[in-house]
Amino acid sequence: MIDYIKLASSKSKGKRPYFHDDPAVERVLNITMAVAGELAVMRERMDSIERILEKKGLVLKEEIENYVPDSKEIEEERQTWHSEYISRILRIVQQEMEELENPDKSIEDIANDINEM
Amino acid sequence: MAKSIPPVWNKIAKHAMLPETTHDERARYNFLANLNKHLAHVSQGNKIAYETRVEPKFKKEHGREIKDTKELGQEIAKDPHYQIWSSLRRSTMEMRQQAGRSIVLRQAEALRDKARALNAGKDSLVLDSNCEIPPYLLAVDNHLMPGSYHTELIEDDVTPAANYDSGIFVTTAGLLGRYNDGGGKAITSWVKKNYPNFNPKRILDIGCGMGHNVLPIARAFPDAEVIAIDTGAPMLRYAHARAMDLGITNVKFMQMDAGKTIFEDASFDWVQSTMFFHETGGKSIYNIMNEVYRLLKPGGLTLHIEQPQYTDDMSLFEKFIRDWDALNNSEPYWSKMHDIEPLDLMKASGFKEEDFMQIGAKAENDLDDGSQNADEPEDHGRSPIWNVFGAIKN
Repeated sequence: MIDYIKLASSKSKGKRPYFHDDPAVERVLNITMAVAGELAVMRERMDSIERILEKKGLVLKEEIENYVPDSKEIEEERQTWHSEYISRILRIVQQEMEELENPDKSIEDIANDINEM
Repeated sequence: MAKSIPPVWNKIAKHAMLPETTHDERARYNFLANLNKHLAHVSQGNKIAYETRVEPKFKKEHGREIKDTKELGQEIAKDPHYQIWSSLRRSTMEMRQQAGRSIVLRQAEALRDKARALNAGKDSLVLDSNCEIPPYLLAVDNHLMPGSYHTELIEDDVTPAANYDSGIFVTTAGLLGRYNDGGGKAITSWVKKNYPNFNPKRILDIGCGMGHNVLPIARAFPDAEVIAIDTGAPMLRYAHARAMDLGITNVKFMQMDAGKTIFEDASFDWVQSTMFFHETGGKSIYNIMNEVYRLLKPGGLTLHIEQPQYTDDMSLFEKFIRDWDALNNSEPYWSKMHDIEPLDLMKASGFKEEDFMQIGAKAENDLDDGSQNADEPEDHGRSPIWNVFGAIKN
Protein backbone atom coordinates (compact mmCIF):
# COMPACT_ATOMS: atom_id res chain seq x y z
CA MET A 1 0.00 0.00 0.00
CA ILE A 2 1.17 3.54 -0.72
CA ASP A 3 2.27 5.74 2.18
CA TYR A 4 -0.86 7.85 1.98
CA ILE A 5 -0.02 9.92 5.03
CA LYS A 6 3.31 11.10 3.65
CA LEU A 7 2.03 11.46 0.09
CA ALA A 8 -0.96 13.55 1.17
CA SER A 9 1.42 16.24 2.37
CA SER A 10 3.76 16.14 -0.66
CA LYS A 11 5.21 19.30 -2.08
CA SER A 12 4.21 20.46 -5.57
CA LYS A 13 6.77 21.36 -8.26
CA GLY A 14 8.50 24.73 -8.11
CA LYS A 15 10.32 26.59 -5.35
CA ARG A 16 7.87 27.54 -2.62
CA PRO A 17 7.33 31.31 -2.26
CA TYR A 18 7.82 32.83 1.20
CA PHE A 19 6.21 36.15 2.04
CA HIS A 20 7.57 37.10 5.43
CA ASP A 21 11.02 38.55 5.99
CA ASP A 22 11.89 35.52 8.07
CA PRO A 23 10.81 32.13 6.67
CA ALA A 24 10.43 30.90 10.24
CA VAL A 25 7.36 33.13 10.59
CA GLU A 26 5.83 31.42 7.58
CA ARG A 27 6.65 27.99 8.92
CA VAL A 28 5.01 28.68 12.25
CA LEU A 29 2.02 30.30 10.58
CA ASN A 30 1.45 27.23 8.42
CA ILE A 31 1.54 24.95 11.43
CA THR A 32 -0.77 27.28 13.35
CA MET A 33 -3.30 27.41 10.52
CA ALA A 34 -3.29 23.62 10.28
CA VAL A 35 -3.99 23.43 14.01
CA ALA A 36 -6.69 26.10 13.66
CA GLY A 37 -8.26 23.90 10.98
CA GLU A 38 -8.21 20.87 13.23
CA LEU A 39 -9.87 22.86 16.02
CA ALA A 40 -12.64 23.82 13.57
CA VAL A 41 -12.99 20.15 12.63
CA MET A 42 -13.33 19.23 16.31
CA ARG A 43 -15.86 22.01 16.85
CA GLU A 44 -17.99 20.67 14.00
CA ARG A 45 -17.78 17.19 15.49
CA MET A 46 -18.89 18.46 18.90
CA ASP A 47 -21.78 20.22 17.20
CA SER A 48 -22.82 16.96 15.54
CA ILE A 49 -22.63 15.11 18.86
CA GLU A 50 -24.73 17.73 20.63
CA ARG A 51 -27.37 17.69 17.91
CA ILE A 52 -27.57 13.91 17.83
CA LEU A 53 -27.87 13.76 21.62
CA GLU A 54 -30.65 16.32 21.46
CA LYS A 55 -32.46 14.48 18.65
CA LYS A 56 -32.40 11.32 20.74
CA GLY A 57 -33.74 13.24 23.70
CA LEU A 58 -30.67 12.49 25.79
CA VAL A 59 -29.54 16.07 26.28
CA LEU A 60 -31.05 19.35 25.18
CA LYS A 61 -28.69 21.73 23.42
CA GLU A 62 -30.18 24.37 25.63
CA GLU A 63 -28.98 22.46 28.69
CA ILE A 64 -25.46 22.57 27.31
CA GLU A 65 -25.80 26.24 26.45
CA ASN A 66 -27.04 27.13 29.93
CA TYR A 67 -24.76 24.86 31.89
CA VAL A 68 -22.70 26.51 34.61
CA PRO A 69 -20.60 24.70 37.17
CA ASP A 70 -22.62 23.98 40.29
CA SER A 71 -19.82 23.27 42.72
CA LYS A 72 -16.56 24.86 43.74
CA GLU A 73 -14.75 21.68 42.75
CA ILE A 74 -16.05 21.77 39.19
CA GLU A 75 -15.36 25.50 38.91
CA GLU A 76 -11.75 24.93 39.89
CA GLU A 77 -11.39 21.92 37.64
CA ARG A 78 -12.54 23.89 34.63
CA GLN A 79 -10.50 26.98 35.35
CA THR A 80 -7.43 24.85 35.92
CA TRP A 81 -7.94 23.29 32.52
CA HIS A 82 -7.94 26.73 30.90
CA SER A 83 -4.85 27.72 32.83
CA GLU A 84 -2.98 24.59 31.76
CA TYR A 85 -4.12 24.90 28.18
CA ILE A 86 -2.97 28.51 27.84
CA SER A 87 0.34 27.78 29.48
CA ARG A 88 0.83 24.85 27.13
CA ILE A 89 0.20 26.80 23.92
CA LEU A 90 2.12 29.89 25.02
CA ARG A 91 5.07 27.87 26.30
CA ILE A 92 7.64 29.63 24.13
CA VAL A 93 6.65 33.07 25.42
CA GLN A 94 7.15 31.91 29.01
CA GLN A 95 10.49 30.35 28.18
CA GLU A 96 11.72 33.49 26.48
CA MET A 97 10.73 35.50 29.55
CA GLU A 98 12.58 33.08 31.82
CA GLU A 99 15.63 33.43 29.62
CA LEU A 100 15.28 37.22 29.77
CA GLU A 101 15.11 37.11 33.57
CA ASN A 102 17.89 34.64 33.89
CA PRO A 103 20.29 34.78 30.92
CA ASP A 104 21.61 31.31 30.40
CA LYS A 105 24.70 29.69 29.00
CA SER A 106 24.56 27.77 25.74
CA ILE A 107 24.46 23.98 25.94
CA GLU A 108 27.88 23.89 24.23
CA ASP A 109 29.28 26.01 27.07
CA ILE A 110 27.57 23.77 29.61
CA ALA A 111 29.06 20.75 27.85
CA ASN A 112 32.49 22.32 28.19
CA ASP A 113 31.72 23.09 31.85
CA ILE A 114 30.62 19.51 32.47
CA ASN A 115 33.69 18.24 30.74
CA GLU A 116 35.65 19.89 33.52
CA MET A 117 33.45 18.47 36.24
CA MET B 1 -25.72 41.87 6.31
CA ALA B 2 -22.89 39.65 7.33
CA LYS B 3 -20.69 38.20 4.64
CA SER B 4 -22.25 35.33 2.70
CA ILE B 5 -21.47 31.82 3.80
CA PRO B 6 -20.42 29.03 1.47
CA PRO B 7 -22.64 25.96 1.18
CA VAL B 8 -21.59 22.92 3.21
CA TRP B 9 -19.55 20.35 1.34
CA ASN B 10 -22.11 17.58 1.63
CA LYS B 11 -24.39 19.56 -0.71
CA ILE B 12 -22.29 18.41 -3.66
CA ALA B 13 -23.82 15.78 -5.88
CA LYS B 14 -23.05 12.22 -4.91
CA HIS B 15 -22.02 9.71 -7.54
CA ALA B 16 -20.28 6.36 -7.46
CA MET B 17 -16.78 7.80 -8.01
CA LEU B 18 -16.92 10.50 -5.39
CA PRO B 19 -14.52 9.46 -2.62
CA GLU B 20 -15.93 8.32 0.71
CA THR B 21 -15.51 10.96 3.38
CA THR B 22 -15.54 10.83 7.15
CA HIS B 23 -17.24 13.41 9.30
CA ASP B 24 -13.90 15.15 9.99
CA GLU B 25 -12.84 15.16 6.35
CA ARG B 26 -16.06 16.94 5.40
CA ALA B 27 -15.57 19.35 8.30
CA ARG B 28 -12.03 20.05 7.08
CA TYR B 29 -13.37 20.96 3.63
CA ASN B 30 -16.00 23.18 5.25
CA PHE B 31 -13.33 24.97 7.25
CA LEU B 32 -11.20 25.51 4.14
CA ALA B 33 -14.11 26.82 2.04
CA ASN B 34 -14.85 29.33 4.79
CA LEU B 35 -11.19 30.23 5.13
CA ASN B 36 -11.00 30.89 1.38
CA LYS B 37 -14.03 33.10 1.56
CA HIS B 38 -12.66 34.94 4.56
CA LEU B 39 -9.35 35.57 2.81
CA ALA B 40 -11.16 37.18 -0.13
CA HIS B 41 -12.20 39.81 2.41
CA VAL B 42 -8.70 40.07 3.86
CA SER B 43 -7.47 40.62 0.32
CA GLN B 44 -9.36 43.90 0.21
CA GLY B 45 -6.74 45.24 2.60
CA ASN B 46 -4.06 44.82 -0.06
CA LYS B 47 -5.52 47.63 -2.14
CA ILE B 48 -5.75 49.89 0.90
CA ALA B 49 -2.20 49.05 1.95
CA TYR B 50 -1.01 49.69 -1.59
CA GLU B 51 -2.76 53.03 -1.93
CA THR B 52 -2.05 54.38 1.55
CA ARG B 53 1.38 52.93 2.31
CA VAL B 54 3.22 51.30 -0.56
CA GLU B 55 2.54 53.79 -3.35
CA PRO B 56 3.04 57.02 -1.30
CA LYS B 57 6.28 55.68 0.18
CA PHE B 58 7.64 54.80 -3.24
CA LYS B 59 6.73 58.19 -4.67
CA LYS B 60 8.38 59.96 -1.77
CA GLU B 61 11.57 57.93 -2.09
CA HIS B 62 11.84 57.88 -5.88
CA GLY B 63 9.96 60.96 -7.00
CA ARG B 64 8.00 58.97 -9.56
CA GLU B 65 5.19 56.48 -9.97
CA ILE B 66 5.64 52.71 -9.80
CA LYS B 67 6.20 51.76 -13.44
CA ASP B 68 5.05 48.16 -13.85
CA THR B 69 3.63 45.13 -12.06
CA LYS B 70 7.12 43.76 -11.42
CA GLU B 71 8.15 46.89 -9.55
CA LEU B 72 4.82 46.90 -7.77
CA GLY B 73 5.46 43.32 -6.67
CA GLN B 74 8.87 44.19 -5.27
CA GLU B 75 7.44 47.10 -3.28
CA ILE B 76 4.28 45.48 -1.95
CA ALA B 77 6.29 42.43 -0.88
CA LYS B 78 7.57 44.56 2.02
CA ASP B 79 4.09 45.41 3.26
CA PRO B 80 2.97 43.50 6.38
CA HIS B 81 -0.66 43.18 5.29
CA TYR B 82 0.32 41.80 1.91
CA GLN B 83 2.72 39.43 3.64
CA ILE B 84 0.14 37.97 6.00
CA TRP B 85 -2.56 37.73 3.32
CA SER B 86 -0.17 36.06 0.89
CA SER B 87 1.15 33.58 3.38
CA LEU B 88 -2.35 32.72 4.61
CA ARG B 89 -3.63 32.25 1.07
CA ARG B 90 -0.71 30.11 0.03
CA SER B 91 -1.12 28.08 3.19
CA THR B 92 -4.86 27.63 2.49
CA MET B 93 -4.18 26.39 -1.05
CA GLU B 94 -1.65 23.90 0.27
CA MET B 95 -4.04 22.78 3.00
CA ARG B 96 -6.74 22.23 0.40
CA GLN B 97 -4.44 19.88 -1.52
CA GLN B 98 -3.40 18.12 1.66
CA ALA B 99 -7.01 17.69 2.75
CA GLY B 100 -8.07 16.31 -0.64
CA ARG B 101 -5.13 13.98 -0.98
CA SER B 102 -5.52 12.66 2.55
CA ILE B 103 -9.09 11.68 1.60
CA VAL B 104 -8.38 10.04 -1.76
CA LEU B 105 -4.98 8.42 -1.19
CA ARG B 106 -6.17 6.36 1.78
CA GLN B 107 -8.80 4.81 -0.53
CA ALA B 108 -6.77 4.77 -3.75
CA GLU B 109 -7.33 1.03 -4.38
CA ALA B 110 -11.05 1.19 -3.64
CA LEU B 111 -11.51 4.14 -6.01
CA ARG B 112 -9.49 2.37 -8.69
CA ASP B 113 -11.64 -0.74 -8.31
CA LYS B 114 -14.85 1.28 -8.59
CA ALA B 115 -13.57 2.90 -11.78
CA ARG B 116 -12.50 -0.49 -13.18
CA ALA B 117 -15.97 -1.91 -12.54
CA LEU B 118 -17.75 1.01 -14.21
CA ASN B 119 -15.32 1.15 -17.14
CA ALA B 120 -15.04 -2.59 -17.83
CA GLY B 121 -15.94 -3.67 -21.35
CA LYS B 122 -16.77 -0.15 -22.55
CA ASP B 123 -15.31 1.11 -25.81
CA SER B 124 -16.05 4.70 -24.81
CA LEU B 125 -12.81 4.90 -22.80
CA VAL B 126 -9.72 4.80 -25.00
CA LEU B 127 -6.38 5.07 -23.23
CA ASP B 128 -3.10 5.27 -25.12
CA SER B 129 0.03 4.35 -23.20
CA ASN B 130 2.10 5.97 -25.97
CA CYS B 131 0.51 9.36 -25.37
CA GLU B 132 3.26 11.67 -24.13
CA ILE B 133 2.51 14.13 -21.36
CA PRO B 134 3.19 17.58 -22.86
CA PRO B 135 6.26 19.35 -21.43
CA TYR B 136 4.16 22.24 -20.12
CA LEU B 137 2.34 19.79 -17.85
CA LEU B 138 5.55 18.10 -16.73
CA ALA B 139 7.11 21.46 -15.82
CA VAL B 140 4.68 22.38 -13.06
CA ASP B 141 2.01 20.97 -10.78
CA ASN B 142 -0.84 23.29 -11.69
CA HIS B 143 -2.66 24.80 -8.72
CA LEU B 144 -0.26 23.12 -6.33
CA MET B 145 -1.64 19.65 -6.97
CA PRO B 146 1.33 17.36 -6.32
CA GLY B 147 1.82 14.99 -9.24
CA SER B 148 -0.51 17.01 -11.45
CA TYR B 149 -3.12 15.21 -13.58
CA HIS B 150 -1.02 12.36 -14.89
CA THR B 151 0.98 10.82 -12.02
CA GLU B 152 -0.10 7.30 -11.11
CA LEU B 153 0.76 6.24 -7.58
CA ILE B 154 -0.83 2.83 -8.11
CA GLU B 155 -1.71 0.92 -11.27
CA ASP B 156 -4.81 2.40 -12.93
CA ASP B 157 -4.82 5.25 -10.42
CA VAL B 158 -7.73 7.70 -10.41
CA THR B 159 -6.80 9.73 -7.31
CA PRO B 160 -5.74 12.96 -9.10
CA ALA B 161 -9.27 13.26 -10.49
CA ALA B 162 -10.95 12.21 -7.24
CA ASN B 163 -8.95 14.88 -5.43
CA TYR B 164 -9.87 17.47 -8.05
CA ASP B 165 -13.56 16.53 -8.03
CA SER B 166 -13.96 16.57 -4.27
CA GLY B 167 -11.88 19.66 -3.64
CA ILE B 168 -12.73 22.15 -6.40
CA PHE B 169 -15.85 22.85 -4.37
CA VAL B 170 -13.58 24.17 -1.62
CA THR B 171 -11.47 26.50 -3.75
CA THR B 172 -14.51 27.95 -5.47
CA ALA B 173 -16.58 27.96 -2.25
CA GLY B 174 -19.27 25.99 -4.08
CA LEU B 175 -19.79 28.53 -6.84
CA LEU B 176 -19.56 25.96 -9.62
CA GLY B 177 -22.63 24.07 -8.47
CA ARG B 178 -23.37 20.57 -7.18
CA TYR B 179 -21.60 18.84 -10.07
CA ASN B 180 -18.82 21.46 -10.43
CA ASP B 181 -20.19 21.95 -13.93
CA GLY B 182 -21.19 25.63 -13.82
CA GLY B 183 -18.85 26.39 -16.75
CA GLY B 184 -20.18 23.66 -19.03
CA LYS B 185 -23.76 24.60 -18.18
CA ALA B 186 -23.14 28.29 -18.87
CA ILE B 187 -21.63 27.62 -22.30
CA THR B 188 -24.41 25.19 -23.21
CA SER B 189 -27.07 27.76 -22.36
CA TRP B 190 -25.24 30.45 -24.31
CA VAL B 191 -24.96 28.29 -27.41
CA LYS B 192 -28.62 27.20 -27.20
CA LYS B 193 -29.74 30.80 -26.82
CA ASN B 194 -27.55 32.35 -29.50
CA TYR B 195 -27.57 29.50 -32.02
CA PRO B 196 -31.01 27.97 -31.55
CA ASN B 197 -30.73 26.08 -34.84
CA PHE B 198 -27.25 24.73 -34.17
CA ASN B 199 -27.44 20.95 -34.21
CA PRO B 200 -23.89 19.65 -33.86
CA LYS B 201 -23.33 16.04 -34.89
CA ARG B 202 -19.77 15.79 -33.56
CA ILE B 203 -18.42 17.73 -30.60
CA LEU B 204 -14.86 17.73 -29.28
CA ASP B 205 -13.90 18.85 -25.76
CA ILE B 206 -10.17 19.43 -25.37
CA GLY B 207 -8.38 19.17 -22.02
CA CYS B 208 -11.51 17.65 -20.51
CA GLY B 209 -9.97 16.71 -17.14
CA MET B 210 -12.51 14.80 -15.07
CA GLY B 211 -15.18 15.61 -17.65
CA HIS B 212 -17.24 17.89 -15.43
CA ASN B 213 -17.80 20.55 -18.10
CA VAL B 214 -18.39 18.28 -21.08
CA LEU B 215 -21.28 16.40 -19.49
CA PRO B 216 -23.76 19.33 -19.64
CA ILE B 217 -22.94 19.67 -23.35
CA ALA B 218 -23.44 15.95 -23.94
CA ARG B 219 -26.72 16.06 -22.02
CA ALA B 220 -27.95 19.05 -24.05
CA PHE B 221 -27.11 17.36 -27.37
CA PRO B 222 -27.98 13.71 -26.69
CA ASP B 223 -27.83 12.75 -30.36
CA ALA B 224 -24.36 14.19 -30.87
CA GLU B 225 -21.21 12.09 -30.82
CA VAL B 226 -19.13 13.79 -28.14
CA ILE B 227 -15.41 13.14 -27.78
CA ALA B 228 -13.46 14.42 -24.78
CA ILE B 229 -9.68 14.31 -24.81
CA ASP B 230 -6.99 14.76 -22.19
CA THR B 231 -3.44 13.52 -21.69
CA GLY B 232 -3.99 12.42 -18.08
CA ALA B 233 -5.05 8.78 -17.89
CA PRO B 234 -6.19 9.05 -14.23
CA MET B 235 -8.51 11.92 -15.20
CA LEU B 236 -10.00 9.97 -18.11
CA ARG B 237 -10.59 6.77 -16.13
CA TYR B 238 -12.41 8.77 -13.48
CA ALA B 239 -14.25 10.97 -15.99
CA HIS B 240 -15.54 7.96 -17.89
CA ALA B 241 -16.61 6.09 -14.76
CA ARG B 242 -18.29 9.22 -13.41
CA ALA B 243 -20.16 9.76 -16.70
CA MET B 244 -21.28 6.12 -16.70
CA ASP B 245 -22.62 6.42 -13.18
CA LEU B 246 -24.42 9.65 -14.06
CA GLY B 247 -26.02 7.89 -17.02
CA ILE B 248 -24.36 9.90 -19.78
CA THR B 249 -23.34 7.52 -22.51
CA ASN B 250 -22.70 9.70 -25.58
CA VAL B 251 -19.21 10.84 -24.56
CA LYS B 252 -16.10 8.98 -25.66
CA PHE B 253 -13.09 9.77 -23.44
CA MET B 254 -9.77 9.46 -25.28
CA GLN B 255 -6.18 9.95 -24.14
CA MET B 256 -4.67 12.37 -26.62
CA ASP B 257 -2.64 15.56 -26.86
CA ALA B 258 -4.84 18.43 -28.09
CA GLY B 259 -1.90 19.69 -30.15
CA LYS B 260 -1.71 16.47 -32.22
CA THR B 261 -4.96 14.59 -32.38
CA ILE B 262 -5.70 11.63 -34.63
CA PHE B 263 -8.92 13.04 -36.05
CA GLU B 264 -9.51 13.92 -39.69
CA ASP B 265 -9.63 17.43 -41.09
CA ALA B 266 -13.01 19.15 -40.85
CA SER B 267 -14.54 16.42 -38.71
CA PHE B 268 -16.17 18.39 -35.87
CA ASP B 269 -19.06 20.85 -35.66
CA TRP B 270 -18.01 22.22 -32.28
CA VAL B 271 -14.66 22.28 -30.52
CA GLN B 272 -14.83 23.40 -26.89
CA SER B 273 -12.35 24.00 -24.09
CA THR B 274 -13.00 25.14 -20.53
CA MET B 275 -10.27 26.60 -18.36
CA PHE B 276 -7.71 24.78 -20.45
CA PHE B 277 -5.48 27.18 -22.37
CA HIS B 278 -4.04 28.88 -19.29
CA GLU B 279 -2.59 25.52 -18.29
CA THR B 280 -0.80 25.01 -21.62
CA GLY B 281 2.37 26.73 -22.90
CA GLY B 282 3.52 29.63 -25.05
CA LYS B 283 4.20 27.60 -28.20
CA SER B 284 1.72 24.80 -27.60
CA ILE B 285 -1.19 27.22 -27.39
CA TYR B 286 -0.66 28.07 -31.08
CA ASN B 287 -0.27 24.40 -32.06
CA ILE B 288 -3.48 23.55 -30.27
CA MET B 289 -5.38 26.40 -31.91
CA ASN B 290 -4.04 25.27 -35.30
CA GLU B 291 -5.41 21.84 -34.52
CA VAL B 292 -8.78 23.32 -33.51
CA TYR B 293 -8.93 25.10 -36.88
CA ARG B 294 -7.96 21.96 -38.76
CA LEU B 295 -10.58 19.82 -37.01
CA LEU B 296 -13.50 22.21 -37.45
CA LYS B 297 -15.89 21.78 -40.33
CA PRO B 298 -16.60 24.93 -42.35
CA GLY B 299 -19.32 26.72 -40.41
CA GLY B 300 -18.21 24.94 -37.23
CA LEU B 301 -18.09 26.66 -33.86
CA THR B 302 -15.27 26.88 -31.37
CA LEU B 303 -15.48 28.42 -27.88
CA HIS B 304 -12.94 28.67 -25.10
CA ILE B 305 -13.80 29.59 -21.53
CA GLU B 306 -10.84 31.32 -19.95
CA GLN B 307 -9.78 33.59 -17.12
CA PRO B 308 -10.71 37.26 -17.58
CA GLN B 309 -8.40 39.19 -19.90
CA TYR B 310 -6.38 42.17 -18.77
CA THR B 311 -7.78 45.38 -20.14
CA ASP B 312 -6.10 48.73 -20.74
CA ASP B 313 -8.29 50.43 -18.15
CA MET B 314 -7.21 47.97 -15.45
CA SER B 315 -4.95 49.52 -12.83
CA LEU B 316 -1.44 48.21 -12.27
CA PHE B 317 -2.58 46.99 -8.89
CA GLU B 318 -5.45 45.00 -10.34
CA LYS B 319 -3.20 43.36 -12.91
CA PHE B 320 -0.73 42.53 -10.18
CA ILE B 321 -3.27 40.98 -7.83
CA ARG B 322 -4.82 38.97 -10.67
CA ASP B 323 -1.39 37.54 -11.36
CA TRP B 324 -0.92 36.54 -7.74
CA ASP B 325 -2.64 33.20 -8.24
CA ALA B 326 -0.79 32.53 -11.46
CA LEU B 327 2.51 32.68 -9.66
CA ASN B 328 1.72 31.69 -6.10
CA ASN B 329 -0.94 29.10 -6.76
CA SER B 330 1.26 27.62 -9.51
CA GLU B 331 -0.62 28.33 -12.69
CA PRO B 332 2.37 30.07 -14.26
CA TYR B 333 1.31 30.14 -17.90
CA TRP B 334 -1.74 32.17 -16.92
CA SER B 335 0.60 35.11 -16.19
CA LYS B 336 2.01 34.86 -19.73
CA MET B 337 -1.21 34.17 -21.57
CA HIS B 338 -2.35 37.69 -20.73
CA ASP B 339 0.14 38.95 -23.29
CA ILE B 340 -1.68 37.13 -26.08
CA GLU B 341 -4.78 38.72 -27.52
CA PRO B 342 -7.32 35.94 -28.14
CA LEU B 343 -8.10 37.51 -31.50
CA ASP B 344 -4.44 37.30 -32.56
CA LEU B 345 -4.22 33.72 -31.32
CA MET B 346 -7.19 32.74 -33.44
CA LYS B 347 -6.14 34.74 -36.48
CA ALA B 348 -2.74 33.04 -36.41
CA SER B 349 -4.53 29.74 -36.97
CA GLY B 350 -6.63 30.96 -39.87
CA PHE B 351 -9.79 32.20 -38.22
CA LYS B 352 -11.05 35.48 -39.68
CA GLU B 353 -11.42 38.63 -37.64
CA GLU B 354 -15.05 39.08 -38.66
CA ASP B 355 -15.84 35.59 -37.35
CA PHE B 356 -14.23 36.22 -33.95
CA MET B 357 -16.38 36.60 -30.85
CA GLN B 358 -15.69 37.39 -27.22
CA ILE B 359 -18.26 37.30 -24.42
CA GLY B 360 -18.42 37.28 -20.65
CA ALA B 361 -19.79 34.26 -18.83
CA LYS B 362 -20.71 33.40 -15.27
CA ALA B 363 -21.10 29.92 -13.82
CA GLU B 364 -24.62 28.53 -13.61
CA ASN B 365 -24.82 27.46 -10.01
CA ASP B 366 -27.59 25.13 -8.87
CA LEU B 367 -26.36 25.52 -5.31
CA ASP B 368 -27.17 29.19 -5.24
CA ASP B 369 -30.09 29.59 -2.87
CA GLY B 370 -29.79 33.36 -2.77
CA SER B 371 -27.27 33.43 0.09
CA GLN B 372 -24.54 33.58 -2.54
CA ASN B 373 -25.77 36.88 -3.89
CA ALA B 374 -24.50 39.08 -1.09
CA ASP B 375 -22.18 41.84 -2.16
CA GLU B 376 -18.94 39.93 -1.97
CA PRO B 377 -15.48 41.07 -2.97
CA GLU B 378 -14.27 39.33 -6.09
CA ASP B 379 -11.94 36.52 -5.20
CA HIS B 380 -9.36 37.12 -7.90
CA GLY B 381 -8.39 33.93 -9.56
CA ARG B 382 -11.16 31.83 -8.08
CA SER B 383 -14.25 33.67 -9.28
CA PRO B 384 -16.43 31.83 -11.74
CA ILE B 385 -16.65 34.90 -13.95
CA TRP B 386 -14.94 34.24 -17.22
CA ASN B 387 -13.96 35.46 -20.62
CA VAL B 388 -15.18 33.30 -23.49
CA PHE B 389 -13.58 33.70 -26.90
CA GLY B 390 -14.14 31.82 -30.08
CA ALA B 391 -15.15 31.92 -33.70
CA ILE B 392 -17.11 30.31 -36.45
CA LYS B 393 -14.80 28.80 -39.06
CA ASN B 394 -15.56 30.20 -42.45
